[in-house]
Amino acid sequence: MRAAVIVFPGSNADVDLYNAVEDVMQVPVDYVWHTETDLSAYDAILLPGGFSYGDYLRCGAIARFSPVMEQVVKAAEAGKLVMGICNGFQILTEAGLLPGVLLRNRSLKFRCKLSELRVENNQTPFTRDYAQGEVIRIPIAHGEGNYYCDEKTLAALKANNQIVFRYHGENPNGSLDDIAGICNEKGNVLGMMPHPERAVHKWMTSDDGRRMFTSILNTWRERNRVTAHA
Amino acid sequence: MYKAVVYVTLRESVLDPQGNAVKGALNTLGFTEVNNVRVGKYMELELGAADRAQAEERVRDMCEKLLANTVVEDYRFEIVEG
Repeated sequence: MRAAVIVFPGSNADVDLYNAVEDVMQVPVDYVWHTETDLSAYDAILLPGGFSYGDYLRCGAIARFSPVMEQVVKAAEAGKLVMGICNGFQILTEAGLLPGVLLRNRSLKFRCKLSELRVENNQTPFTRDYAQGEVIRIPIAHGEGNYYCDEKTLAALKANNQIVFRYHGENPNGSLDDIAGICNEKGNVLGMMPHPERAVHKWMTSDDGRRMFTSILNTWRERNRVTAHA
Repeated sequence: MYKAVVYVTLRESVLDPQGNAVKGALNTLGFTEVNNVRVGKYMELELGAADRAQAEERVRDMCEKLLANTVVEDYRFEIVEG
C-alpha cells in the first residue's frame, strides 16, 4: 500500500500526518504537491490540516479548485480511501465529497485542546479497529469546526450511519448534533475536525489516534487479500 | 468596463456568532436600538465583459461556484458601469 499526503500552500499538519503514516502504518508515503494531476499510484489519499490559501474567502474554498482535487474526486469515486483532517475536512465539504459546511466556532475562539470523541460508527474503513461507542481522546486545533448542514441532510446522515464521531462531553465548537466527523454514503471518504495524527504515541498524551491508521491499513489488506500480521 | 459589487451573507436560518458579538458590543456602547447584526463579505470585481447581460450571467456563475457557499450563504450583486 502507498499513501499520499496532499500538500496545499498553507498546509501545516502535513508533516504530522506523514510521520503518523510512517510510524504506525509503516508503508511508503509521499508528500504530493497540489499541482499533481496523477494519483493512480496511491491507495489512500490524506488531506492534512492547516490554512490552505490562508483560509481566504472561506476555509478550503480555494484549495478545492487545486489541480489535484479533480484526481481526489476521481479516486473517491473509484472507491479509494480518502481522509481529510481539519482543513482537509473543510476542503472535502467545499469540494462536495462530503455534505455540509464548517462554520466559525460558536464561541468565536480558536480551540486547541485534547477532546473526547465517541466512536459512533466502527463499521467504516477508518474506524474498524475501535469498539462501537468507545470514547477516545484526540486533540483539536481549529477556529472553524462548527459543522452545519440542513435538516434534510442531517436526517440522511443519521439514516445512513454517516456520523462517525461525536464530541463526548463538551462540544468545543457548537457543531450540529455534536458532530466531529462524518463519512460519505459509500463510507470511503471521511472528514473530521480532530487530529488523530497528533495522538499516535504515548508521549503525545494520547495514542488513541493510532487505530485510525491501523484501520486504514487493515482495510487495504483485506481488500487485497493479504493476511494481516499482528 | 463594468464593475460588479458582490455581497455575501450567512443565510437567515444560520446562526451568525460574529454578528451577535458585534450586536452585543453595540448595545454595550449605548446603541440599544440595534436588534440584530449580520456580518458578511463585500467584494468588488472589475470585469472586461462585453455587455451588462453577459456580466450578470458570469458573476452569477462566479457566486455559485466560488464566491458563496450556497449551503449556508446568500449572495446578491449589482453591476455598475465603471
